[in-house]
Amino acid sequence: MTSSRLRAPSETLAPATSSAVSLRGVVKRFGSFTAVDGLDLEVAAGTVLGLLGPNGAGKSTTMRMLTAQSRADEGEITILGHRIPRESKRARALMGVVPQHDNLDEELTVRENLTVFTHLYRVPRGERPAAVQRALRMAHLEDRADTRTDKLSGGMRRRLLIARGLVHRPRVVLLDEPTVGLDPQIRQELWGLITELREDGVTVLMSTHYIEEAERLSDEVALMAKGRVVSRGAPAELVQRYAGRAVEEFPAAPTDLERLERLLRPTGLPTRRTGASLAVLRAEELPDSVRDEIGEGDRRAANLEDVFVTLTGETVE
Amino acid sequence: MTTTTTPAARPPQTPPGRFEFAPVRGVLAREWALYRRSWAPTTFAAVVEPVIYLLAFGFGMGSLVGAIGGYRYIEFIGTGIVAMSVLFTSMFPGLIDTYVRRVFQHAYEGMLAAPVDVRELVTAEASWIALKSGVYGCAPLLVAIAFGLEPRGTMLLVPLIALVTGFGFALLGIWLSALVPSIKTMDYIISGLITPLFLIAGTFFPLDDFPGWARALAQVNPLYHCVELVRHAAFGLRPWADLGHFAAILAFVALVWCLAVFQMRRRLID
Repeated sequence: MTSSRLRAPSETLAPATSSAVSLRGVVKRFGSFTAVDGLDLEVAAGTVLGLLGPNGAGKSTTMRMLTAQSRADEGEITILGHRIPRESKRARALMGVVPQHDNLDEELTVRENLTVFTHLYRVPRGERPAAVQRALRMAHLEDRADTRTDKLSGGMRRRLLIARGLVHRPRVVLLDEPTVGLDPQIRQELWGLITELREDGVTVLMSTHYIEEAERLSDEVALMAKGRVVSRGAPAELVQRYAGRAVEEFPAAPTDLERLERLLRPTGLPTRRTGASLAVLRAEELPDSVRDEIGEGDRRAANLEDVFVTLTGETVE
Repeated sequence: MTTTTTPAARPPQTPPGRFEFAPVRGVLAREWALYRRSWAPTTFAAVVEPVIYLLAFGFGMGSLVGAIGGYRYIEFIGTGIVAMSVLFTSMFPGLIDTYVRRVFQHAYEGMLAAPVDVRELVTAEASWIALKSGVYGCAPLLVAIAFGLEPRGTMLLVPLIALVTGFGFALLGIWLSALVPSIKTMDYIISGLITPLFLIAGTFFPLDDFPGWARALAQVNPLYHCVELVRHAAFGLRPWADLGHFAAILAFVALVWCLAVFQMRRRLID
């Protein structure tokens, strides 16, 4: 048994790799249910990858596998060159994790919560106060440092949770549904925090089921459904590839929707029903002959939601 | 956000799979921070309850029983209640606190996301509980001394005996907390295991007049060995017998450490 000894950063670098996070052919089963089904995913160092998918897509299981709290049945996972689960402790020392569940110690103050994690992340004794101060500043919680955690608002608790995952200045950050269940205003605040991380060159893998969140914060988005990545790219690129520039919505009665679908089928343009209307993707490519038949719809810019629904057939928030 | 005051995260250099003390210290730092918030009620419950038992049984039963094995009953029971106190202050936190932290607070998920593994987490949690048992377990002995038990140098062994036994019962509690399907089913453990444990251990009365099967059962009860060690530390050591008692407790610790780690890993890592 040996206590840990920390070396200078130059000694501790894992073998050079272009991806900070890499999953290859990863499978995770729970009994007869396959939660992650042959997942291939690479996150380049210094980028933000949004893992977007509906509930049950396998995002949280993927996150748990990256922290070795869930063991893959098949495939290979590496983080900063460290293989998971064998070298997961080394990888976890370099990673910050912001869990979906709020698991802060309520009886402790903000500062105490952060200090505990400087111990767990092995920040050297002399550097702990500065690390805590930095995390407080980053989360804009300096004036709440000595407040008990159970006295904080929901937004402050979430900021503290993020600060806790960053207290040791990790090189990779896993954010599991970082803004789930929060008010839009608080969500905006947290987006600011995540943007700062990106500007700081930290590699971020963020699972979310909020389209807007993935679109605004991510360099790239991986769309996940049924345990697999169904498509991946920069948000604008994905929109252009699958939904074109514009979407046209045609409000109609259910029987008319069927007629519209029949008329549009020969064009090969993707369509989807959105409540009582039919959305036509890549509407800028609609042939004049069809346009004469169906008339003008309500035109809007295509977005990531159109892509997601088209690719997976599922809805997201 | 960028500052130069804190260096970036660095990985530990110990070989993969090696048990480390750094994470144990990290978990203990958390326990200490939490304890600073709750020491008063924790200490009150841990100290007052066994002292009440001691006074009630010592004076109540003592007036009827008189002496056992040449010792006043309050002295006999004072040493027995040390073991009972160790059992209560280790088994209950191991069982209930661990369950609450794992299931309701998700505290272990947070810690396991840091460079801490299940073995280190379990060892740290049990160590902290044992440390408290080692201290609180001495309270009944001090009260017994106040009521006439003659102090001896060998009594300094009692905190160590309490610590090691407390470590074992904390681990037993942690194992069972990971075994039970729900918090309600802990009633089976409390009534079906903990109560017999402290009644068939020689805490309140000697086991000499018990039937053979009960005496045999006591031999596999770690608390019985703790009671014997405490009593011998108070009334006079019996080196060979005490080595046997201590070895029995160590064997118990080794067994429940493996069980607790195994079962907690099953619960925490899927």
